[in-house]
Amino acid sequence: MDDIKTQIVSILKDVTGLDDAGQDMDQDLFKDGILDSMATVEVLVTLQDTFGITVPVSEFDRSQWSTVNKIAQQVKELE
Amino acid sequence: MNNITPYSSPHYFIYLLLLLLPIIIGLWFGKRFRIYDLFATVVILITAFFGGNMKQGISLIFYILFEVAVIFTYRAYRKKYNNFWVFTLFVVLAIVPLVFVKLDPLLNNATISLFGFMGISYLTFKSVEIVMETRDGAIKELKPFEFVRFLLFFPTITSGPIDRFKRFQKDVNNVPSREEYVELLHSGVNKLMKGLLYKFIIGYFFGTLLLPKIQILTLSYRGQTPLNLSWALVAYMYVYSMYLFFDFAGYSLFAVAISNFMGIKTPMNFNAPFKSKNIKDFWNRWHMTLSFWFRDFIYMRLMFTMIKHKWIKNKVTIANFGYITLFLIMGFWHGETWYYIVYGIFHALAMITNDAWLRYKKRHRKSIPSNKFTHAFAVFLTFNVVCFSFMIFSGILDKLWF
Repeated sequence: MDDIKTQIVSILKDVTGLDDAGQDMDQDLFKDGILDSMATVEVLVTLQDTFGITVPVSEFDRSQWSTVNKIAQQVKELE
Repeated sequence: MNNITPYSSPHYFIYLLLLLLPIIIGLWFGKRFRIYDLFATVVILITAFFGGNMKQGISLIFYILFEVAVIFTYRAYRKKYNNFWVFTLFVVLAIVPLVFVKLDPLLNNATISLFGFMGISYLTFKSVEIVMETRDGAIKELKPFEFVRFLLFFPTITSGPIDRFKRFQKDVNNVPSREEYVELLHSGVNKLMKGLLYKFIIGYFFGTLLLPKIQILTLSYRGQTPLNLSWALVAYMYVYSMYLFFDFAGYSLFAVAISNFMGIKTPMNFNAPFKSKNIKDFWNRWHMTLSFWFRDFIYMRLMFTMIKHKWIKNKVTIANFGYITLFLIMGFWHGETWYYIVYGIFHALAMITNDAWLRYKKRHRKSIPSNKFTHAFAVFLTFNVVCFSFMIFSGILDKLWF
């Protein structure tokens, strides 16, 4: 699980270009403006490539993907 | 008797609340009366669509039958196959009635819009959502009755807010506990009061008392000044913007309030949009259910496809292409006139500029000040950009120039 989280944080840093992105595992990434629609899609595509999961855009419910911890949970369930 | 537009006058609420009373009592005691819900829906639909010459009502019935046929044919197909072009065809089919209605004024032929009735856009958003989520396999079970109930949910039928199917189902198949329902009634009453203030007092002041006078003044400069521009036009811009917000936000509050009384948590449409710190922030606060619909069903899907298939390498180009597509579609959706299209392009350019600025700011974070003065300036600037776009949207320039 920690391994997944580390990978997610590094994806977030790559996509947003922010060094402190995902520092706080429970920070709301949408509310705090770290992820906009474009960045969200990039993160999703990268997650798909990295973990070999598929996330249909319809199933993408923002409230369930809003923090590093929640993303890790989703990835684990979809893996 | 004429068609009664929902929420158009304070009297409407007295009758509406009487009609809702059995639903409210039922929910208070933990019951949903399915038959009565149906009855109330029929009453509202009759007063809204069959009051005049019944043309709207007949259109509505044809529209519903057509969409049911489209959706359930696609669902039957999707059980076995999943071809992209068939999916596209069904999205187009779901939109066809709306396209006819929108093209009608251009063709000067009143017979083409078989489907013309108030609120057709909003029902079409819901239908397209169902086609798209059917393709993704996100809607497992769907009965024709559930689909029609979702489309015809009467508090939001004429102008939204645009709810989502799965969210709506969760509420409609559930009876809130007493505590939850008390909370819903409380928030419903608050929203109703705020809506009355917004629409019938502030909106009335700006839209009915002030706007016509300022319009006459603005138009009196025709042929008097370069491009017929005047300070009156500036006044018109602000007054129209205030009217647009208070009238529509008031209406949306009614729709959410009435939904709450029925135990449905219809999403809010506005979140203090004039406090936005940039244009992106604005679209997260203005007519939110529409902008989120465009975001989820057009922008994100387009981005997703383009990034996955690597059609264009450059991220910035992809995002900008997405903005132009999205806001052009939004412009055409408002209507086929030059000023709606220009309004769309204006917002696309504003988004592109805003993104460029945010990228610049990210690179020079240390040298750009950020304090309460810069924040106040950002809010002021956004407000004026938005009001300017509403001035384009209002069509006053069309009256002034052509």
